[in-house]
This record gives sequence, C-alpha cells and structure tokens, in this order.
Amino acid sequence: MSTRHPPPGRQLPIVAVTPFPRAAAGALRDAQLRANLGRATRTIREKRAAVVAEVPDWEQLRDRAARVKDDVLDRLPELVDRFTRAATAAGATVHHATDAAAANAVVTDLVRAQGVDRVVKVKSMATQEIGLNEALAAAGVTAVETDLAELIVQLADDTPSHILVPAIHYNRGQIRELFARRMPGFHADSDDPAVLAGAARDYLRRTFLAARVAICGANFAVAETGSLVVVESEGNGRMCLTLPDTLIAVVGVEKLLPRFVDLGDFLRLLPRSSTGERMNPYTSIFTGVTPGDGPRRLHVVLLDNGRRRVAADPVGRAALRCIRCSACLNVCPVYERVGGHAYGSVYPGPIGAILSPQLTGQDAGHNATLPYASTLCGACYDVCPVKIDIPAILVHLRQTGPKPAAERAAMAWLGWTMRDRRRWRAALRAARSGGRPLRVLGRRHGGRLRRAPWPLSAWTTHRDAPLPAEESFRDWWHRTHDS
Amino acid sequence: MRIALFVTCLNDALFPRVGIATVTVLERLGHTVTFPAGQSCCGQLHANTGYPGPARALEQSTEAAFAGHDVVVSPSGSCVAHLRAHTRLPVYELSELLVDVLAVTDVGARFPYRVTYHPTCHGLRMLRLGDRPLRLLGAVRDLELLGLPEPEQCCGFGGTFALKNAAVSGAMLADKCAHAVATGADYLAAADSSCLAHIGGGLARRPGAPRPVHYAEILAATGAGAVG
Repeated sequence: MSTRHPPPGRQLPIVAVTPFPRAAAGALRDAQLRANLGRATRTIREKRAAVVAEVPDWEQLRDRAARVKDDVLDRLPELVDRFTRAATAAGATVHHATDAAAANAVVTDLVRAQGVDRVVKVKSMATQEIGLNEALAAAGVTAVETDLAELIVQLADDTPSHILVPAIHYNRGQIRELFARRMPGFHADSDDPAVLAGAARDYLRRTFLAARVAICGANFAVAETGSLVVVESEGNGRMCLTLPDTLIAVVGVEKLLPRFVDLGDFLRLLPRSSTGERMNPYTSIFTGVTPGDGPRRLHVVLLDNGRRRVAADPVGRAALRCIRCSACLNVCPVYERVGGHAYGSVYPGPIGAILSPQLTGQDAGHNATLPYASTLCGACYDVCPVKIDIPAILVHLRQTGPKPAAERAAMAWLGWTMRDRRRWRAALRAARSGGRPLRVLGRRHGGRLRRAPWPLSAWTTHRDAPLPAEESFRDWWHRTHDS
Repeated sequence: MRIALFVTCLNDALFPRVGIATVTVLERLGHTVTFPAGQSCCGQLHANTGYPGPARALEQSTEAAFAGHDVVVSPSGSCVAHLRAHTRLPVYELSELLVDVLAVTDVGARFPYRVTYHPTCHGLRMLRLGDRPLRLLGAVRDLELLGLPEPEQCCGFGGTFALKNAAVSGAMLADKCAHAVATGADYLAAADSSCLAHIGGGLARRPGAPRPVHYAEILAATGAGAVG
C-alpha cells in the first residue's frame, strides 16, 4: 500500500480538522481546562527542573543523545535490516508497514488469527498515531487501554491531550464522575486519588488475567540485539508484556538505537525530562521469545508512516530524534493555555507542531496552521533532552508551507520598501504624516491607539497600538548629528 | 571607541526615543556613535513569518550597510539574535556592549523610580544576556529594582503570532500584565521594543499598571523626569 491519507471519514489522528487559532480560541474559553493545565504543567516543570539540575553532565548527555539519534536517521535502512535479522533470530516475527493503513491491517490480521475479540494495550503513541483502536473496533475487536490515564481518556470517548499524561485535562472530581458512569463495578464515592487508582487496578486486573493478546509500542528498539524497550510508571505495561500468549509491538522506525550500550544515556535522560523522576519505575527490555517465560508469539511491526520522508529533510529531520518525553509541552506557554486538543493531533504542543505537519505533509487538513502555534520563545529547545531546535524547525516549516495571498503581497511590498534607504525613508515620512490624525485620536490614551479597523483589530482587541513617532529616529539623527 | 548603531526598523519608526537613549548613553561615556543610513530592517520579521527571500535580501542589505564597522550595537535582543545567526556582523546587544566590551555597569544614570524587569525570550534564551541588564539597572542611582513573578514566561508577542493567534497572545499578555501589576512598580523595563509595544499596549488598559520602558531609556536618564 502506498496511499498516504486514509479514505475520507477516517482522517488520521495526526491531522488537524480545525485551524489552530480557532481551536485554541475555543479552548481558551474553558476556564476549568486552563486551571487544570496550569496546575499540572507547573508542578511537572518544577519537578523536572529540580532533577535535571542534579546532573552535572546533562549538556553532554543531550549532545551525545542527539548525535546517536542523528546517526540512526543517517542509516535507517541499514539499522532496520539489522534489527529485523536480530529480532527474527531471537524468535520474533518482524513486519514492515509503510503507512497507517498497512500497519493497522497487519495488526488486525494478527489479532483475528488468534480468534479473540478483546486485546489489552500498553500506552503507545505509535498506535495512537495510526488510529489502531478505531481500526480494531471496525474489525469487531475491543482494545482496552491499561495505562491509567489512557483508560480515563478511553472511558470518556475522548482523545489524549498530552503525550505522557493523556488525561491531563481532567481533575480528580471529573475522573470520579467518569468512573461512576463508565467503569463496570465502580462504586466509590470518594475522589481520593488512591481510591480511584485502586478501582482502576481492580478493573484492569480482571482484564489482564483474561487477555490472550497484548499490543504495545516501544520507547527504544535496539538494532544490534533485536530488543525492545518499554518504559512506564505503573507496571500495567509489564502485565501486558508478560501475561498474554501473543504480543504485538508497533514501533516507529526512528525508535531504533544502534547498540545496546546506547540505551544508558537515554534511560538517564527520559525519566528526568518526562516525569521528573531520577529513575524510571518499570523498564522492560525483551528480546524475541523465551519458552516458558512471557509471550509465545512476538510480532514487531516497524512503522514508517512518513518518517523516511521526514528523515530526508535536512532541517526538519531532527524532529525524529524525539523520545516523547513531553518536556516541551510542559514548558510551552501556548500549550499551557490551550491544552493538547487544540493541536488536532495525538502529538500536541511544540513537538506536535513540527511532527504532525511533517508526517502528514502540510497539505493535510489544517496542519499547515500548526507551525504558527508558537511565539518562538525557545523554552522548548532549552528543555529538549535530544536538543531538537524546535523554533528553527517551526520557522523552516513556515518558510516551506502555504501562505495567504494577501499576506504574501504585503510581505513582498514591505521587503521591497525596506531594502532601499530612499524608499524606507519615504515610507517613514508617509507613516508619520498618515499617523498625524491618529495621534490626535490617541492623545486620550497616552499617545496610543485604542481601536483600529480590521485587520489591525486583531491587535487592538487585546492591547493599545503604538503610533508612528512625530519624528523618526533617522530624521532626529539627521537634525542633530549630520550637520 | 567608534560604535555603529543599528537602531532597528521598529525603533526608527515608532520608538525613536530608544535609539536616542542609546546614543545618549554611549556619547556620555565618551564614545563616538555613527548611524549608517543604509540600514532598515534585519529581516527577522520576514524570516519568522515564513518569507526567506525578502528576509535574505534584508539581511544582505543590513550587512552591506554596516560593512567595515568593527563594533555594531543595537538596543534589541531579537534583532541582534537574528543578525548573529544570519550575518557575520560584529553586533552586540546594548548590555553586552556595555558590560562585556566597554566593561562598565555604572553609566552615570539616575532614575528615582521602582522598576521591574522582564527578560525577553531572545535576550534570555538566544543571546543568554543573563543578569547584564539587571547589573546595569542595579547601578542606576535611586532606582529600586522589584522582582517580576514568573519572569521567564513569554509575554505572548511573537511577531505575527500576536495577530495570527490573537486569542492565545491576549491570554499570555493578560498573565504578564497581572504579574507586572502585582509588583507595584512604576515602570516595566525590557530589552526589546517589540515586546514592550505589546506589553505596554496591555498595561495601558490596566489602571495603576507600570509604564513600559526600554532599559536604555533608564540608562540615559540623569534627572527626576519621567520617561517612556
């Protein structure tokens, strides 16, 4: 299969169906959402900052990790081949999927072959990206998310709003209410987090024990050994990885690492960046199948879905270094105020704004609006454990993406005017005389304009506008210094 | 020292007082300021809005305007960051020039007001200005420096972001203004006129809020008169 987009009506969950500015404006009106997000992101970014400050060689770690990931992107075909041979030799079956539809078809066929109508899932961004749960549902298979936050989102028929904490937009009261409505056997009247987690544990334990097929992703895939690595906090993932007979892993090709020893740096970088923990609680590393221990069948679906095309872009490719830690979301002033849903993709925040439009192409839905969802403040670049220069890629995508004709004309005129000193001086004088009546109007407001007509009303809705000065700097200079 | 001033297009047209203040400070310290007339815009606006062609042309015309100058100064963190990334010009943000090159922190200013300082994103994260502007302000006579809550949070300007994502920009501005008001300062100082135009436009609608001021204007002040 080579089609990039799914058929109409089944848009990939990384395609924005609403322009970002409109979706964001809607989200801003939700005061509860802003309060939940503000509290959660502030807590997690303070935790991260504290534990990162403990590591004296943090900058060297970032540099090394970035280099390893760039090396992987340089030789993807070779490492895919090496992983495939190593994993196959260890008893796994490796499949290669060029796009979401192909990956979904492989997984659906594998599940059907086991004759089950219910599977358990480990939290996985790759399966979110391809809409696997929806594809399985269409084939009559129920996929049960076992990560607590993913379970909350699933019970609510909602979509994730954060990479690491997909239910970050809920508070505990909302979760208790949701469990009461949707979780079979739930009957607690407390919103104590321990009580809610206990209820989810009871529900999930019954599910684990009955499951014969599990589906997971992987944080890392080691080419040298054919090993997969799953990093999680709850232990629910490990239940899925060890109890069922059949395990199916869907792994983006950029998750490859060349050698087993490369894992060390990443396992230091990831927990401190994502959860603000010094060490990750449950790290599962598994290679092929082992008789009498864990699943008897292991299938690995290596997913491209646009990655090789992104890897060919010399600027944009750095987005594929991402290890899905979410540090950039937690420090982003835009994300903090609008939440993940505004980005229209399972990849929200700064990383989503560069990943979604690259994976789909900027012509997909309204993904071309995502690179503008940033002030380029640079907070994301500062915290990225693999040093993705997100602002530079945002600018790169703006420069290569579609633009409105009127803006194009205005920017061309402005550039033409500014690059010649005579034209620029004439424009300054025209602005000064044009601004004269406005300055009279602005006198009441300290020399500023309170209300301007469209399109400048976008400015004056929120703030007064400055007016051209009565004498430009260069005229002042000419008057005072050029004689 | 002969120092060439890159005043920036925004200051030239809207905030000439920031350029005048920069000249005043440097001349008071005994330096010779020149103003190459071929300058206009560094190209940042075009580059960040997605127009690499016009951006490149403006970067080149700026480079040509300052050819042969050994030291270029600009009172704008974001323009300096752009020129440093895209040209070979020896360009310094004003606080870098004063503290690092000229080795002064006391520029002989007096400003008897309470001031809070917002470290703009380009100065903070691209130029890593650190405490240079604060050291300069700290040496101003009779100035009381007040800490701004959550100083490192972006004000929400972001060039055309303020127009393209007006609602988000407005929400970020509201938080920045609330923090500024909470300080009880008379003035909010910063190193970038673009951010100040945005923050100042918001502060102007809030009674009792600090007035926006470029820190160069404070460094230029010697009497009791208000600025901004």
